[in-house]
Amino acid sequence: MEELSWGGILARMFIQLGPVWIALIVLFTVSMTYKRRLGLYGKLFDSTIGMIGFGLVMFWVFVGVFGGPLDMLVTHDPLSQVSGMKNKLPGTPMRGAEDGQYAWFLLGGDNLARDVFSRLIKGAWVVVQIAPIATLFAFMVGITLGLPAGYYGGRLDTILSFLANLILAFPVILLFYLLVTPEIVLTGIPNYMALFLFVFPLIFVCILLNSRYYTQPAVRTPLLIGVLGGLGWLYLSLVSTNGAVVATPTYSIPGIPAFLDLFDIDPGILVVFVSVVFVNSPTVFRIVRGLALDIKTRDYVAAAQTRGEGPWYIMLWEILPNARGPLIVDFCLRIGYTTILLGTLGFFGLGLESESPDWGSTINAGRRLLALYPHAAIAPALALLTLVLGLNLLADGLREESLRD
Amino acid sequence: MGLFILRRLGVMILTALCLTFVVFWLTNLYPNLEKLAKTQGNFRMSDEAVESYLGKNGYLQPMPVKFGQWLGVLPGWTVDTDGEITGKCFAAGTPEDERHGFCGVLQGDWGFSTVFKDDVGSIVATRLGLTGKLMLCVMLVMVPMALIIGVLAGMREGSKLDRSLSTFSIASTATPEYVSGVIFIAVFASSAFGLKWFKGSATSAMENVTFENFTLPVITIALYGMGYIARMTRASMTEVMTAQYIRTARLKGVKFSDIVLKHALRNALIAPFTVIMLQFPWLLNGVVIVETLFNYKGFGWLLVQAASNNDIELLLAVSVVSVIVVLVTQLISDIGYVYLNPRIRIA
Repeated sequence: MEELSWGGILARMFIQLGPVWIALIVLFTVSMTYKRRLGLYGKLFDSTIGMIGFGLVMFWVFVGVFGGPLDMLVTHDPLSQVSGMKNKLPGTPMRGAEDGQYAWFLLGGDNLARDVFSRLIKGAWVVVQIAPIATLFAFMVGITLGLPAGYYGGRLDTILSFLANLILAFPVILLFYLLVTPEIVLTGIPNYMALFLFVFPLIFVCILLNSRYYTQPAVRTPLLIGVLGGLGWLYLSLVSTNGAVVATPTYSIPGIPAFLDLFDIDPGILVVFVSVVFVNSPTVFRIVRGLALDIKTRDYVAAAQTRGEGPWYIMLWEILPNARGPLIVDFCLRIGYTTILLGTLGFFGLGLESESPDWGSTINAGRRLLALYPHAAIAPALALLTLVLGLNLLADGLREESLRD
Repeated sequence: MGLFILRRLGVMILTALCLTFVVFWLTNLYPNLEKLAKTQGNFRMSDEAVESYLGKNGYLQPMPVKFGQWLGVLPGWTVDTDGEITGKCFAAGTPEDERHGFCGVLQGDWGFSTVFKDDVGSIVATRLGLTGKLMLCVMLVMVPMALIIGVLAGMREGSKLDRSLSTFSIASTATPEYVSGVIFIAVFASSAFGLKWFKGSATSAMENVTFENFTLPVITIALYGMGYIARMTRASMTEVMTAQYIRTARLKGVKFSDIVLKHALRNALIAPFTVIMLQFPWLLNGVVIVETLFNYKGFGWLLVQAASNNDIELLLAVSVVSVIVVLVTQLISDIGYVYLNPRIRIA
C-alpha cells in the first residue's frame, strides 16, 4: 500500500460519502420538481445563495445522520487508537491493516493515533443533534416569555427585560466556565436549570392548544390530556436519570422510576445543552418581544380584541403567525450561532469528555501541535466553517425570498 | 437627557450588583471551596482539615455576609485561633490599632489572588493594559475595513461588487475565532505549508509588538466582527441610497463619487456606530479565545486562568470589569444614537 496523493484522498472521500450524495440528489430533485407547491421552502430554490446554503446544511445533516446512528460512512472506529498512526499525514496507509479494514487514514491520524476522518463524521452527529434542538428549546423559552412581555408591557415587561439584559451582560465564556465545571455539576444546579428550561415547551404547547380549542371543551379536554400526558412523560424522562431528578452527594429529589424512564441523557451533554439554551433564550426573548410590540398595534389585533378573543389566543394565533418570517430567519442564524457556541465549549475543554469526537474538542486537541501537524485541527475547523456558512447563507436566502412577497 | 443617564446609571449599578452576586454565589458553593482548599493546602486533605482551613479563612460565613465583606459594606472577618488573631483586612502580626475594619471593593481593595499570589487590582490592571493594546489594533483594522466594505457593497445594490462583498461578509461572520485562528496558524505559521510569514504565538508581543507576532491575532479577532458591521453598514447604505435627496442629487448631475462621499455617507454611518459600540462585548469573547490560542497573556487569558482555578477574588474582579465594559458601551451607544439621530428624543 503506498501513500495516497491529494487527488486520491479526495476521490476516496467522495466515494466514501456516496450515500450522502445520493440523498442530496434525491432531496434536490424532489424539491425542485414540486417547488411551486411547497410554499416558502419551495421558494428557497429560486435563489442561488439559498440553494447553496441549504445544500451545505443538508450535506452535514446527512453526514451526521448516516454516520451517527446508522454508522455508515466511517472508515474506522473513532475512539480506537491504532499503533503507528500517531500524527500521520492524510492519506497514510494503515499499518497492519487486515482484510475488511479500510486500508488508509484518509485525513491522517491525530495525536492519539485515531482516524481524523471518522472522528469528523461522528462529530457531525453531535453537532447536528444538539444545535437544532437546543435552538428550538431556546425559541420555546423566548416565545413563551417574550409574547406576554411585549403584549402586556408594564411591570411584567420591565422585570423580564431586566433579567434578559442581566444574562446578556454576562460574558458568554465566563458563564460557561461558571456553569460547566465538574464542581458546579456536583451541586445539581444544571439539573435545576434543566427542570426549569425544559418545562417551557410543555407550557407553550399547552397554552397553544388550550387557547385554540377553549370554546370546544369536548375536543380540548381529551386533546390536552393526551398531549400533556405524552409530553409530560418525555419531560420527566428527559430530566430524570436513574430515578432521580436531582442527585447530589448529600440529597436527591426523586423523579420517575427507572423502568418508566424512556431515555437517559449523558450528564455532560445535558450540561452543555442547558447552558447553550440558557445563553440563547434572552436574545430570542428580545426579538420576540420587539416583534410583539410592533404587531400588537396592527388593525387585525384590534379587531381580534373587539371580537372578544382572549389575550393568549391573540398572542399565539394572531401575533405569532405574523411574526414567523423574521423568526424563521433568526432560527437558521441561531442554529449557526449555537454551533459556534458548542465549538467554543469544546475549544475550552468544557462539558463534553475530552475523547468526544465533536468538532470543538477536536480543534482543542489538535491546536497544541498546530505548527507541526495542522491536519488534525484543520479538518474539523473547515467542517464547522462550512456548516455555519451554510446556515448563514440559508438564512440570507430565506430572508430575501420572504421579503419578495 | 440628564434624568435618562441617571436612570440608566442606576439600572447599570443594579445589574452589576446582581451579576457580581451571581458570580460570588457560584464561586462560593461548597464543592468549589473544597477544591480551593485542596489546591491551597494539599490534595489529600481530610474533610475536617478542609473545614478548618475554610473556617480560618472566613469562607464558612453566610453568603450575604461574605458578599458584604467583599463589597466593603460590612466589616471584614476576624478569627481568633489560640490567641492569635487573623482577619481579612490585616496580616497576622499587625498591631491592634492599625487594623482596618472594612476592606472591600468600595475601599479600593480587590483582594488577593490565590493563583498568582499577588494583589488582584495590580494583576487586572497589567492584563487590561495588554488587552487594551490588542483591542486598539483590532479596532484600527476592523472598523475602517468594515465600513469600506459596507459602503462599497451598499452603494450599488445588486451589483457584482455587492454580491461578492456581501458573500465575503457572510463568510466572515460564519468563521469563529477558533476556526480562523487555527487556519491562519496552519497556513501562515506552520511548517506544513512552508509559508512561515508570521509567528503562531503572540507571547513576545507582550513586550514589543512587531508586525510578525501581532498580525495573526489581530486579524483573527477583526475578521469575525468585521462581517457583522459591514452588513449593517451595507443595509443602512442601501436604504440611504434610495432616499429622495440622493435621487435629486443624481438628477442635478452630481458626480457619483461625490454623492456617495458627501451626501450618503454621513447619513449611512448612524446605524453602524451603535453596532460598533455593541460589538465590544463580542470582542471580549474573541479576546478570550484568541489570547488562549496565541498564548498572549492578557485579560482574556486571565479570565480563563481565574475561572479554571476558581480563584474567587480574581474571578470577581474580572467579571466586574467585563460587565462594566458591556454596560458602559451600551450606555454610550444609546447616548450616541440620540446625538447622531435628531429624530429620536428622550425626555
